[in-house]
Amino acid sequence: MRIPATTAPSVSPQMRPTFWLRQAPRVTVLLFLVPVAAGLAGTVLPAFGWLPALGGRHLTLAPWLRLAAEPGLGRAIALTFATGLTATVVSVLLVLGLCAHWHGRKPGRIGRAVFAPILAAPHAAMAIGVGFLIAPSGWIVRLLSPWLTGWHQPPDLATVQDPYGFALTLGLLVKEVPYLLLMTLTALSQLPVARELEAAAALGYGRSVAWLKIVLPRLYPQIRLPLYAVLAYALSVVDMALILGPSNPPTLSVLALRWFTAPDVSMYFPAAAAALLQLLIVLGSIALWRAGERIVCALGRRWIASGRRRSRLEPLSSLAAVLVAGLGLLGAAALLDLAVWSLTSRWRFPRILPSHWSAAAWREQVAVILWPLETTVTVALVASALAVVLVLGCLEYEQQRGSAPQARSLWLLYVPLLVPQIAFLFGMQVLLTFSRLDGTLLAVIWSHLLFVVPYVFLSLADPWRSLDTRYARTALCLGASPRRVFLRIKLPLLLRPVLVAAAVGLAVSIDQYLPTLFAGAGRVVTLTTEAVTLASGGGRRVTGVFALLQALVPLAAYGCALGVSRRHGPRRVLPGARA
Amino acid sequence: MAAAGALVLALCLLVPVRARAAPWQQVLHQARGETVYFDAWAGDQRVNSFIAWVARQVAACCDVTLRQVPLEDTSAAVTQVIAEKAAGDNAEGTVDLIWINGPNFYALKRRGLLYGPFTQQLPNAALLDVRDRANRFDFTVPVDGYESPWRKAQLVFIYDSAYLKHVPHGIRAFPAWAKRHPGRFTFPQVQNFLGVAFLEQALYALTPDPAVLQRPATPAIFDKATAPLWAWLDQLRPYLWRGGREFPVSGPAERQLLEDGEIDLMPSFNPTEAAADVAAGRLPRTVRSYVLTHGTLGNTSFVAIPYNSPHKAGAMVVANFLLSPRAQARAGNIHYLGGPTVLDLKRLTGSERARFAALPHSPWMPSDRALRRVLPEPHPSWASRLAAAFEQRYTP
Repeated sequence: MRIPATTAPSVSPQMRPTFWLRQAPRVTVLLFLVPVAAGLAGTVLPAFGWLPALGGRHLTLAPWLRLAAEPGLGRAIALTFATGLTATVVSVLLVLGLCAHWHGRKPGRIGRAVFAPILAAPHAAMAIGVGFLIAPSGWIVRLLSPWLTGWHQPPDLATVQDPYGFALTLGLLVKEVPYLLLMTLTALSQLPVARELEAAAALGYGRSVAWLKIVLPRLYPQIRLPLYAVLAYALSVVDMALILGPSNPPTLSVLALRWFTAPDVSMYFPAAAAALLQLLIVLGSIALWRAGERIVCALGRRWIASGRRRSRLEPLSSLAAVLVAGLGLLGAAALLDLAVWSLTSRWRFPRILPSHWSAAAWREQVAVILWPLETTVTVALVASALAVVLVLGCLEYEQQRGSAPQARSLWLLYVPLLVPQIAFLFGMQVLLTFSRLDGTLLAVIWSHLLFVVPYVFLSLADPWRSLDTRYARTALCLGASPRRVFLRIKLPLLLRPVLVAAAVGLAVSIDQYLPTLFAGAGRVVTLTTEAVTLASGGGRRVTGVFALLQALVPLAAYGCALGVSRRHGPRRVLPGARA
Repeated sequence: MAAAGALVLALCLLVPVRARAAPWQQVLHQARGETVYFDAWAGDQRVNSFIAWVARQVAACCDVTLRQVPLEDTSAAVTQVIAEKAAGDNAEGTVDLIWINGPNFYALKRRGLLYGPFTQQLPNAALLDVRDRANRFDFTVPVDGYESPWRKAQLVFIYDSAYLKHVPHGIRAFPAWAKRHPGRFTFPQVQNFLGVAFLEQALYALTPDPAVLQRPATPAIFDKATAPLWAWLDQLRPYLWRGGREFPVSGPAERQLLEDGEIDLMPSFNPTEAAADVAAGRLPRTVRSYVLTHGTLGNTSFVAIPYNSPHKAGAMVVANFLLSPRAQARAGNIHYLGGPTVLDLKRLTGSERARFAALPHSPWMPSDRALRRVLPEPHPSWASRLAAAFEQRYTP
């Protein structure tokens, strides 16, 4: 396993980190592993009938038998596999195809402008928007009706919540492709792509072929972990599946959630079994993926060694670029659709725009929205600030100790992203309930931290590690303490990545549905829980208001991060410095 | 855990005694400064706005902060209380008040997880219409003072008269109607209360002896009673929206389908829904709602207080306010919520009665006479059995 850093990590003279700094990695790991491990235990035991609080005092296979007796279980499992695997495979192919098509170029201003809001928009908001768009009465059909389709009434077609999960897969693609693209571009920026492509071109290789043969084999190990995170997420997603997925039967994670929240508490036991099955599905899929990697790797080696310069893949990579552009357009249109619905009074099929506009939904929601908005922002700010402090502590510790970043620790960091949320959140809730923390902001912040820290780490580690070490060394030689170097040199130089990482943390926190639901005991209400609740409740105008706000808050955070860093960027600290 | 169980038992035994001991002034005093977490289904924006209004009123009059915990499904609150009991959290629960009725009330009451009886302490409970059976028996389960009414609901059907000339006026007419209008009718999924309510309505019309529905459903009785329902459903289902393979998740989701023109006819458990939507400009003025010829199921919405709520006084203040003529008149006003009151107008003062007389009438609501054709809800066990049997039969 290679870690995504190419700069030599041993950057500063070795020294003994202070007491507090030494605690940073320990605290981080403790914050992570305790809830995940306890949460898993709290799921595994009830899955075999052991939960004394509910009268389960001996181990039994009854929960599994109950699970097996559920009508439609087979379909639910098949659906889970189909949507999760398809979304991941297609995402990877599209992203790699696009990068091969670009072969070393960077996305332009327009591309960034389209994908930034899609990346920032939470999954739930995007699912709601995509649902609006592709419904039988949605914008796409309206644009084509009745002049092309002849439909004066929406067709009776299951384009949303379809039994095969196509809509869910599409929704996942809209969100996961930009994410994977971002991770790939980050990894690419650390490879000497241009030089190698020039060499390949000199040898007569087609551009996309050269990219696939030379860049991809070195790129892939670096995007493997984010890719597994996408796979695990797509297999176990709940909020998107609730909004876009079928309900009869739903995917396995939704089924588990349905039982966890059933009035009949005896359903906890099969729910725990379903959650455990979900975990097995994710682990099995990752194993399957690894096997697939081996096969592709073996075939790829033969292809590379064949020395062929051209390939029929060339037009396919252009197709991938077109499809990604289409997904970007779909995502942007989905967000626009949210805005239009939030301002709609009446909008009957097949009109392309509402016949009556009204700001009533916004006006009515002002009073209702303040509390969830305040909670959302508080939780996100605290979680993101804590995450930045912890991650900076870990990175600084690593540099001061002069140790190479450990692949092992990176895997640890990924644990919350690879283990399905439903598999440990219930157990974690039991833990929180016993410690009297459930339903408090603290519990919600903690549960968010599990997901915020990995993303903040991913976004901060590379810029931090690749900062030119001579600044720090010079300062140390001039007699500055490591603390002073950290505060006066490194932080100001890296202000921009730190702020961007904080904004990423904020966006990840706002995205969390299930952790808020479980740790908050339903009592901590955020824009996300409101939006998902409303989406199932159907009030499209109000849903539009909440989903739009949910997407705007992280976007505003990115804007602030970029604005502030531009104002107080490295140039103000060290003239001529490039961070 | 045994100790916790004993404690719960002790609390349950203690509560009635304590409840009777506290006079209302003391409750009001105790409620000052309390924050009441009100777990309420949040799928209807008008109800959310009404609750926000209630919050402003109780803050002004009684210094009680009311916070709606928006639920997707009331069962989430039930689960929460049960989970808290399981964790031994007997005094510091997170739920103070639940909008509840039917199976969810039964689930909590049966386990002794509700505070009460508390309703006779509420001064405004004296104004309640006790002749209305639905105010005393919630889905056949005696209320016994463990929940306080605040609203009435009844099954109606909504359609757009501009698109639809003929509608089915009886359950037996549905299959033939649907065959003529394929894909234009559906009901919410059976996990949703409205979906089950539609099945119960059909069962009421089709089963040989509707009286059995008032008793708990045993497997033998259930199979015999529901046989005609399944035969009827087998005829109807192929002509439903999406061929009866998928169902909308809830009533509001189905209303969106009606608005989008995906369907022409929908059930609703809120007789004022169409009127409210016309008033808000969401549905055209050609929309109509009606009650079936032989009547439809109706019930009362209640609020209940979990046994481990730390803010029982505040919750009682809210329950009492919901029963006040002022709140009831606001709830009865079609501009805000609309629908019949749970109060007995004869028990009100002249000026209070005038509030109700002055309420605007809406041509988009079923007539008052139609709304008097109310059928009692079956015992809660029927709903869960119907949902399970439906899933068993119709999950692909």
